[in-house]
Amino acid sequence: MSDLLEGALQAFWLVFGRDPVLIEISLRSLRVTLTALLVACVIALPLGAYLAVRRFRLRRYVIAVLNALMGLPPVVVGLIVYVFLSRSGPLGVLGLLFTPTAMIIAQVIIIVPLIASIAHQALRELWSDYHDLLISMNASQGQRIRALLWDGRRALLTAALAGFGRGIGEVGAIMVVGGNIDHLTRVLTTAIALETGKGEFALALALGFILIAIAIGVNLAIHMLSGTEREGRW
Amino acid sequence: MKRLILGAILAATTATASLAEAMKLAVTTSFHNSGLSDILLPQIKADTGIEVQLLVVGTGQAIRLGEAGDVDAILVHSLKAEEAFLAGGYGTHRREIMYNDFVFVGPSDDPAGIAGANSAAAALVAIADARADFVSRGDDSGTHKKELSLWSAAGVVPEGDWYKAVGAGMGASLNTAAGMGAYIMSDRASWLNFANKADQALLFAGDPVLFNQYAFLPVNPVKHPHVEAELVEKLEAWLVSDTARELINSYRINGETLFTFNAR
Repeated sequence: MSDLLEGALQAFWLVFGRDPVLIEISLRSLRVTLTALLVACVIALPLGAYLAVRRFRLRRYVIAVLNALMGLPPVVVGLIVYVFLSRSGPLGVLGLLFTPTAMIIAQVIIIVPLIASIAHQALRELWSDYHDLLISMNASQGQRIRALLWDGRRALLTAALAGFGRGIGEVGAIMVVGGNIDHLTRVLTTAIALETGKGEFALALALGFILIAIAIGVNLAIHMLSGTEREGRW
Repeated sequence: MKRLILGAILAATTATASLAEAMKLAVTTSFHNSGLSDILLPQIKADTGIEVQLLVVGTGQAIRLGEAGDVDAILVHSLKAEEAFLAGGYGTHRREIMYNDFVFVGPSDDPAGIAGANSAAAALVAIADARADFVSRGDDSGTHKKELSLWSAAGVVPEGDWYKAVGAGMGASLNTAAGMGAYIMSDRASWLNFANKADQALLFAGDPVLFNQYAFLPVNPVKHPHVEAELVEKLEAWLVSDTARELINSYRINGETLFTFNAR
């Protein structure tokens, strides 16, 4: 129990002392996960919308697979990406293993199914409302997807934030493909795992509190920027 | 869309590619947890300009990384695995750098009474006879392999619910042992640097079979042409230099010497 208090205190001093190491790993955490989120959204949101408007033979199976992949253990994703990026693997010549890029790739794979599944779920409801209107206007496939994505943007924001949440707190995959190298691939979560391993529970907890604060901060910032929950728009 | 993805990947890669004179070295958790790397790396940077990027893993994984060519050299402590690594043509040679020793840690009231044992084997037999909880690394690391060889030397097959193979690194295993009040074998450095000692104490040490030799093995550039062979050579020269001897021999925690330099 005293570890918790000491952790909170230590977190306070780290933040207000502007600890350079803390700032470095926090920024790297944000850079990796936000980049992964951006790439994942570009893939997953249109995919979700496409699955909502388009009927094709394997659709049911694609959706089932996406839903199942939401629960993919990050360490498995990490291992698969590792095998591909390893010098002895098919993409070894790129020399990407143990770089932030490898971590971004792994996180994209982890969060795309999550974002696509939530986006598909939300847009399916919207599509049933819009179906007759868009069909009668003779809108093309692309126009339909664009209309859904735009009008469903608030639900999609939730999908994106869920993806961010899964990415920023993830440690299994980035530990394997990033290697937790000081000043290169060390991020908040891998630093927490390292400090726990050293038995430095207070410092690990302090970093954990800071991770939680960052996650809350990013969520608030995105909500404010996108103007949700404003008066009269519940 | 493609351009955006490519752009993002490019931006992320070029930011890391700018690090010149960097090489990757896989080391064991026990070496890193000892804190010695925090002393050596800055001096290596200052003397040679090489930025050594450490991958802290178990010996088993370190050797796999070396075999795959994902690191430029490895610093490990498991003679048999090292010899297999060389026999497979994955490394150029093996250079002994230093040694430390393993110790037995357990609950301070010592229910199995290993503190008075006259050898490591006797201590293990006492633990097995008392069926006292014993935490094993169980992760194919150098420490784990050493522990298994000690059990077999003691003529005991460690089995039963008192023997807990946790499959984790040194620090995590020490945490588990502290939480359960169990016996565990640790390298001295990790134990001294470990912050969550709880009610655990160092109970047995000093048997010569517990000595733990660290060796440096460069990855074979014939097998993996991309390795930074030149930097590895420079690093090896530094590791066997007098500067390294001085730093390694003088590294102490609570007044105890941890490593003994023995490179030739």
